[in-house]
Amino acid sequence: MSEAELKTILLDGLRKIAPEADPTTLRGDQNIRETLDIDSFDFLSFLIALHDKLGVEIPEADYGKLSTLDAMLRYLGPKV
Amino acid sequence: MSFDPIRKDLQALRVTPHLVDHEQARAAHSWEAVRAELQGLPGGGLNLAHEAVDRHASGARADHLALRWLGKDGTVRDLSYADMAQGSTRFANVLRALGVAKGERVFALMGRVPELYFAALGTLKNVSVFCPLFSQFGPEPVWQRLNRGDAKVLVTTQVLYEKKVAALRERLPALQFILLADAEDDLDATVRSLPRLMAAASDTFTIPPTSPEDMALLHFTSGTTGMPKGAVHVHQAALTHFATGRYVLDLHPEDVFWCTADPGWVTGTSYGIFAPFLHGVTNLVDEADFDAERWYRILEQQKVTVWYTAPTAIRRLMRVPGEPRAQHDLSALRLIHSVGEPLNPEAVVWGQRALGLPIHDNWWQTETGGIMIANYAAMDIRPGSMGKPLPGIDAVIVKRGEHGIEEITQPDVEGELALKPGWPSMFRAYLHDEARYAKCFVNGWYLSGDLAKRDADGYFWFVGRADDIIKTSGHMVGPFEVESALMEHPAVAEAGVIGKPDPLIGELVKAFVVLKPGNAANDELRLDLIGFARKRLGPAVAPKEIAFVESLPKTRSGKIMRRLLKSRELGLPEGDLSTLEND
Repeated sequence: MSEAELKTILLDGLRKIAPEADPTTLRGDQNIRETLDIDSFDFLSFLIALHDKLGVEIPEADYGKLSTLDAMLRYLGPKV
Repeated sequence: MSFDPIRKDLQALRVTPHLVDHEQARAAHSWEAVRAELQGLPGGGLNLAHEAVDRHASGARADHLALRWLGKDGTVRDLSYADMAQGSTRFANVLRALGVAKGERVFALMGRVPELYFAALGTLKNVSVFCPLFSQFGPEPVWQRLNRGDAKVLVTTQVLYEKKVAALRERLPALQFILLADAEDDLDATVRSLPRLMAAASDTFTIPPTSPEDMALLHFTSGTTGMPKGAVHVHQAALTHFATGRYVLDLHPEDVFWCTADPGWVTGTSYGIFAPFLHGVTNLVDEADFDAERWYRILEQQKVTVWYTAPTAIRRLMRVPGEPRAQHDLSALRLIHSVGEPLNPEAVVWGQRALGLPIHDNWWQTETGGIMIANYAAMDIRPGSMGKPLPGIDAVIVKRGEHGIEEITQPDVEGELALKPGWPSMFRAYLHDEARYAKCFVNGWYLSGDLAKRDADGYFWFVGRADDIIKTSGHMVGPFEVESALMEHPAVAEAGVIGKPDPLIGELVKAFVVLKPGNAANDELRLDLIGFARKRLGPAVAPKEIAFVESLPKTRSGKIMRRLLKSRELGLPEGDLSTLEND
């Protein structure tokens, strides 16, 4: 999967959690949860949905590594 | 499935607990004796901030680490009791210079940064009233609270001000000053830079005379029918904070205490600020939100000894595979507590197995100001039970009848949990709402609105809410507040909101929506409604799920029957439908 495709999937997922925000304005290095007002539960739902969509295991212990778009692309990129 | 009690072996405990025998401690307790352990103001009177910081700053613990702050970015800031006294004194002087008087309300809307703690304590030194708001609230809950609480000052940050408050200013004529904790310069005459004001403020401040009954804290909590109500607490609450810090948290002078709650909720104030400071121990504050790895690292590296957290977080930790103690040295930890919603027995037992320590659940509310019923370090735990009433607290199970209430003395019978009024941190009012306050007291008992039962040995067990208030991630959400926001959407005719049971966060906010004619119930509209609600209410209050329905069940008088919505959602029997209007 190309990085652009992966990014589209990520942004679609975020749009479902925070439909009022425009995730395309999210900078790669910005904290996703803070910028889009996503609480801990919403973020968990987002990651579970990602897991279902991509079939990639994302253990709870790694959630802290997924705070920005860049970090998510780095983490998920090699796995999809 | 039933769980075996967790037995306590006093000899095996590293530190002998303050409370060794529950019955004896109850018999020996007196609030006068607790009061005698506090200092009081030089001219008489009792001020919560004086007891929490100044008392230590002028004594042997002046240099003891009071607050260790862990920033999101890895920054660590250490503040001694002398530093806390100085910071709060400067904040008190800032308020005085701005003309903020006794009893006037100072709100905070910000993350967990040291300035928040200076603001809380400094406000109390000025005998003004501190009201913390959760920073994940959207503009509507923020406005409701600032407005109903007569906010004169708001301490916040640049981002939160721009995002949530600036647009509300016109609707808040009484709000005179906004103090930005992270702004280098003033924006205008009313939006000021807090660091600048603090730098210019004096390091000396004499706390004005403070009566134990002077208003100190205002905590908003959700109601079933109306908008949130402001529970008023007074300086006298210090006695409960202190006593529970001893009996339940079991704080000893060298403890490192970590309460993970945000001061926007009452736990984060009573136990994230006051109880540890009243005991002169080290209070750990993490700016970041829940992150399993980070939390284990903090417990290990900071050598946390007593930890007060919440079921939602514990259940998240339970999701992490592997053995925490194989990866982290948690040997400093000696006591774990939990509050926010009932802790399921599996979680209590998981603590014992995975962390080597059982988790002690306790029960209290915004209105009670402090822990009322608890599991104690030295008392056997019955997993799933909230424990037994604190020394100084009388709790019973009652049923409401035609002539007021009646105590249920039979064990294991469900009823409403009631407390004998008179404990020091009991709320003294709902601000501007005497009728609602009066309704909480019947025949000399405070009715908690929580359903519970008591077993033959005196352990209390939580059953559920007696009303429609939703408990999500340990926070209370009023369905009316959510319904009102949804009704503002042009496509919505009606909305009914319930708490849908969720294995992680207790309940999640779910809305049932009836659309106006001409609107199609589809995913696009569903997302639009979620976004609409999030923008107004913020993620802590907005619905996580929306279902479209043809109609809502109502009583003949037109009230939405949320109970029935909930039973239908859960596939439960629908119960008494005698008041249901036929659709």
